Amino acid sequence: MTFKTLLLASAATAMMTTGASAIDLTIVSWGGAYSNSQNEAYHKPYMAENPDVNIINDESSNEAVAKLRAMNEAGNLTWDLVDVLASDAIRLCDEGLAMEIDHDEMLAPAPDGTPASQDFGDLIVSDCYIPQIVYSTTFGYRTDVAAWNGKEPDDICDVFDLETFPGKRALEKRPINNMEWALLCDGVAKEDVYDVLETEEGVNRALAKLGTIKDQTVWWSAGAETPQLLADGEVVMGSTYNGRLFSLIEEQDQPVKMLWDAQVFDLDGWIVPAGLPKERLDAVMEYLRFATDTQRLADQAKYISYGPARESSAPLVGKHAELGIDMAPHMPTDPNNAKNTFLFNYEWWADYRDDLDARFQAWLAS
Amino acid sequence: MTTTDTVSAAAPPADPPPQPLTTRDGIPLKVSLMRALRREKMRAMLLIAPLLLFILLTFAAPIADMLFRSVENGIVSNTLPRTVEALADWDETSGEAPGEPVFAALHADLLIATEKKTHTRLGSRLNYEASGMSSLFRKTGRRAGRMDEAEPFKAQFIDIDDKWGEIDTWQVLKTFSPPLTSGYFLNAVDMELTPGGIEMKPESERVYLFLFARTLFLSLTIMGCCLLLGYPVAYLLAALPARTSNLLMILVLLPFWTSLLVRTSAWKVLLQQQGVINDFLVWTGIVSDAGRLVMINNQTGTIIAMTHILLPFMILPLYSVMKTISPSYVRAAKSLGATDWTAFWRVYFPQTVPGIGAGSILVFILSIGYYITPELVGGTSGIFISNRIAYHISSSLNWGLAAALGVLLLAAVLLLFYVYDKIVGIDNVKLG
Repeated sequence: MTFKTLLLASAATAMMTTGASAIDLTIVSWGGAYSNSQNEAYHKPYMAENPDVNIINDESSNEAVAKLRAMNEAGNLTWDLVDVLASDAIRLCDEGLAMEIDHDEMLAPAPDGTPASQDFGDLIVSDCYIPQIVYSTTFGYRTDVAAWNGKEPDDICDVFDLETFPGKRALEKRPINNMEWALLCDGVAKEDVYDVLETEEGVNRALAKLGTIKDQTVWWSAGAETPQLLADGEVVMGSTYNGRLFSLIEEQDQPVKMLWDAQVFDLDGWIVPAGLPKERLDAVMEYLRFATDTQRLADQAKYISYGPARESSAPLVGKHAELGIDMAPHMPTDPNNAKNTFLFNYEWWADYRDDLDARFQAWLAS
Repeated sequence: MTTTDTVSAAAPPADPPPQPLTTRDGIPLKVSLMRALRREKMRAMLLIAPLLLFILLTFAAPIADMLFRSVENGIVSNTLPRTVEALADWDETSGEAPGEPVFAALHADLLIATEKKTHTRLGSRLNYEASGMSSLFRKTGRRAGRMDEAEPFKAQFIDIDDKWGEIDTWQVLKTFSPPLTSGYFLNAVDMELTPGGIEMKPESERVYLFLFARTLFLSLTIMGCCLLLGYPVAYLLAALPARTSNLLMILVLLPFWTSLLVRTSAWKVLLQQQGVINDFLVWTGIVSDAGRLVMINNQTGTIIAMTHILLPFMILPLYSVMKTISPSYVRAAKSLGATDWTAFWRVYFPQTVPGIGAGSILVFILSIGYYITPELVGGTSGIFISNRIAYHISSSLNWGLAAALGVLLLAAVLLLFYVYDKIVGIDNVKLG
């Protein structure tokens, strides 16, 4: 491209952004396949219907909490809508950085008229939160491990069984989920896990159980690490988000299978930053009403294997946009997969996260 | 000697009482000179003023603000002013929860706080000190508006949550009510502020001092590795004829220009157990398939990857110093009978010390604050204190603790810098 064409092109873009579109919406999300699914399911159809709205993608969700706080302190809010995990939403709501949402008032009801708050149900874990998808953190394992003599893990506790299933594991470098799994496999009943974890002995018990596989564990901090480790044969089983495993298994065709047991449900969804000026707020609300309706949530599942957060969307989930396979059996919410799920306690973790994290990091470092 | 003696001997009696020198209009020369110089200085200041202002505003002020957060704790007294005042009379060693006036004050404060939605923020602040505060404030805030003003508040609060009746809750509130706190700093050195005074944290929760020590140790190791590997390369670069040394220089600079993430990922591919190096070792039979070496996700991984990444910062200052050393010194030493080693150690090496100093400082300071590479290849035993700072900034939102850790890291660097200046001398550093 010559300098002249470059100049012309940039002039043209400048004119387009200032002239044609009345409003720019900066929407923050995770990037990668996830942003792509939102782009296809929400942004493109919305912009087609509303040519005066221009959506700008910002891929900063993993640092959204810190950035929102910094923006708030500087009094310069540049984001209009932010995609965050449920635990971050609770934190942002507590800090007064996210706006409280009246779900029935602001969001579209289900096609049969069920108000939004009922359609989302328990998934509204914070007053500021609009859930979008349900995902789960679960295990994937390699199917070609010779040392396993043809056995395959089908129980969460097989992760802790180094005799039957030798080899390295990949676990996340934080206490959340790991502590619960450890207690479950140490004989604690599902409903007692958080009560036990609240006590000093409970924490010691969980760490001791994790200690049995500590030297056989690779600790990850980014969701993409486990699929890579599995593909390289560096680990034989590892935890990660189910969508990552889906793409490893179905799209990249690796000899890996999923272990659907005691997987932990978690949510991803929107928050609206507190303190948006009226004009931008109206535009965001207009967009949100569209992007969180029953059909749009179901559409997103065509591009990524995460379950829609509305109950009314579940029957509308169709086939994968490119592979053409049925998406329903790959959803964490599918009855076959959700036989034994573990209910994550947000409120509890909001209280104990700081303490347990200190304990966990000290344990890891020692 | 003799002339000066005679002059000094002869001068005093001949000297008239000292008259201040003046300019033609009667102003003392000194004053006039100062005036002229001040004008010059002002002009120079004006010239650099824009840059100075820019640096102060965008660099110094944010750092100062961040550092101040390590002691700032106005949130408790701002959110619950009446409660803090009422608590002043409460004796925390009495073994009893405070009385009705404190609860009445708390109710009044909470009504305003829930209106402004600041009670949850206070809850997450206090949760850093005691688990459970976050949900306590969230829960109480929801129900504070529905309390019966005619009934005693104490019973109503305890009815919402038993924690309000527990002495620990109130001790935390009282301990952290002053507008400035040493809590973050204590936390950063594995201590805590308790009603009974300052104590070490329980063994199982200590992590920061250990991480500081490890960060210093690993940074020094990386610096040493860079020096060992970089010195011969820099020497080659300086000694070879221009054509070959230019080619070598490109080999040094190419990785330098390559993205940090690419290089770190490349090390992952090389070092992992199913990686290139291990595959090669197994293929040649040096190690067995079961005994593959663990070279990543531990300290070894961090040291290898960071040495590679920081190596150019050692080579370039060394090279620029070695380039200026005339080869005739070594030749002269040899012609006077020195052996190769003596010529190197006594003549060449001392002249390269400024380069070693510059390279070592650069590598050390860069590595002490690194966090991306340790995060990716360090596993659990190879992470630095900066990884925890990043976690507290972006994830736990405990900026006060992050700031305190940052201040300590900065202080450690400054201290080492001072020691370095005393031992080597900062004038002896040449950055190219």
